[in-house]
Amino acid sequence: MKHIKTINKADLKATAAKGGCGKCQASCQSACKTSCTVANQKCEKEA
Amino acid sequence: MIHKYKLSGYNVLLDVNSNGVHIVDDLTYDLLDNVAPPFEEKCPEGVLNKLSKLYDRTEVEECYAEIVELYKDQILFSEDDYEKYANTSVASPIKSMCLHVSHDCNLRCKYCFASTGDFGGGRMLMDLETGKKAIDFLLKMSAERKYLELDFFGGEPLMNYGVVKEIVAYAREEEKKVDKHIRFTMTTNGMLLTEEKMEFINDEMSNVVLSIDGRKEVNDRMRPRVDGSGSYDRIVENFKKFVPMRGDKDYYVRGTYTKYNLDFSEDVMHLYELGFDQISVEPVTADPKMPYAITDGDLPKIFKEYEILADKISKIRSEGKFINFFHFMLDLDAGPCAIKRLKGCGSGNEYVAVSPDGYIYPCHQFVGIDKFKMGNVNDGTFNYDMKNEFAHAHIYTKPDCIKCWAKFFCSGGCNANNYLYTGDIHTSYKLACEIQKKRLECAILLKALEKMDTAE
Repeated sequence: MKHIKTINKADLKATAAKGGCGKCQASCQSACKTSCTVANQKCEKEA
Repeated sequence: MIHKYKLSGYNVLLDVNSNGVHIVDDLTYDLLDNVAPPFEEKCPEGVLNKLSKLYDRTEVEECYAEIVELYKDQILFSEDDYEKYANTSVASPIKSMCLHVSHDCNLRCKYCFASTGDFGGGRMLMDLETGKKAIDFLLKMSAERKYLELDFFGGEPLMNYGVVKEIVAYAREEEKKVDKHIRFTMTTNGMLLTEEKMEFINDEMSNVVLSIDGRKEVNDRMRPRVDGSGSYDRIVENFKKFVPMRGDKDYYVRGTYTKYNLDFSEDVMHLYELGFDQISVEPVTADPKMPYAITDGDLPKIFKEYEILADKISKIRSEGKFINFFHFMLDLDAGPCAIKRLKGCGSGNEYVAVSPDGYIYPCHQFVGIDKFKMGNVNDGTFNYDMKNEFAHAHIYTKPDCIKCWAKFFCSGGCNANNYLYTGDIHTSYKLACEIQKKRLECAILLKALEKMDTAE
């Protein structure tokens, strides 16, 4: 496109249907402890 | 819902519900102030007339067509249809634990949310029996979850090192019996690290969080020893020895910034220059009346500082070097699923904290608040109603979150912060939200720039 450059797959909706396995880390267990960011956690679902 | 912003000369456009990130030109940026669904086949005449004062009319028509195409592809103005998933978290197993093995500390950090280590309940070490019962509780309550997490926390956990070792040994035996695996981590101030402890931690802990605030004068002002002298020299010496020994295992050096060091990008850079490349530095959690507390008036300076930090990190990476800043980490293509993003940190539902005397709390920041006692591992009590209440604390039960563009990144924010500042886990603590949003804007742009060359 000339005016808009799309950067990513933008498929969050697709992850809802097959997500929720609960294997990923609790966000506060990594390096946070006071201020929650969930989107920087890795998906750990086994393929 | 969309969110757009200008940063470092770029126009960034986020489609909130698909997580689509777009870099757009000025025309698109301005046109989006004038158009929204439902879209017409062609750009409305009134909009064309308005925008053609600044831009070529044909270009405006082309740009409108691009917006409509992305809308049809559901990566712009896409619908929020996640609420139906929100309630799936009610029956989650508990699979993460923060184990407070020591409510005592050898530092007297002035901003400590644990009241310099004892959480307001007197200095106390966890005994082995309580530690074993906490392990039993985690193994039982985790139901079918195989991979569990346990963070040794304090106070300073190394003040109870002998019990830590015995708890780990016990857990390794017990986990085998039920075919599970506990990933241990530790949050330590590093004062008591010895070679033997480093080797044990490296053998058993998948991650360590090493507390240090940055520059010597910044660290020592807020993180003195019991006798008032600074901690910097000792911990830097220990961390510089320890981190290379970690090999490919994770670590973070983690600091807190306060009103006294709003130029905290200097502290991040100082930590990097010391040789640490996995860094987290976060705003202080403090009573607004305290002189070091961050207040609304600090926000412009903090926003600017995150921009400066993003530029510094970008420059380091452009030289082919590695640095990771925890709150700028994002994977725009393969981050956590939408379900995880609805549920947030999992406090009180998937994640609990256990105090030295065995009381269970929704997370480490609730420890010491009597009304949030969920039970005790020593007598087998557990309040499922409170667990259920926390399970329902997701973005669709937090009024400020429903309308916020950042909801799928921060996932409703920190329940403890919400409670401590507003008295209700569902009411957002606005100051933290503003800082979070700025960090995310920087993080999204940093990632977008990395991916620009391969973008369509």
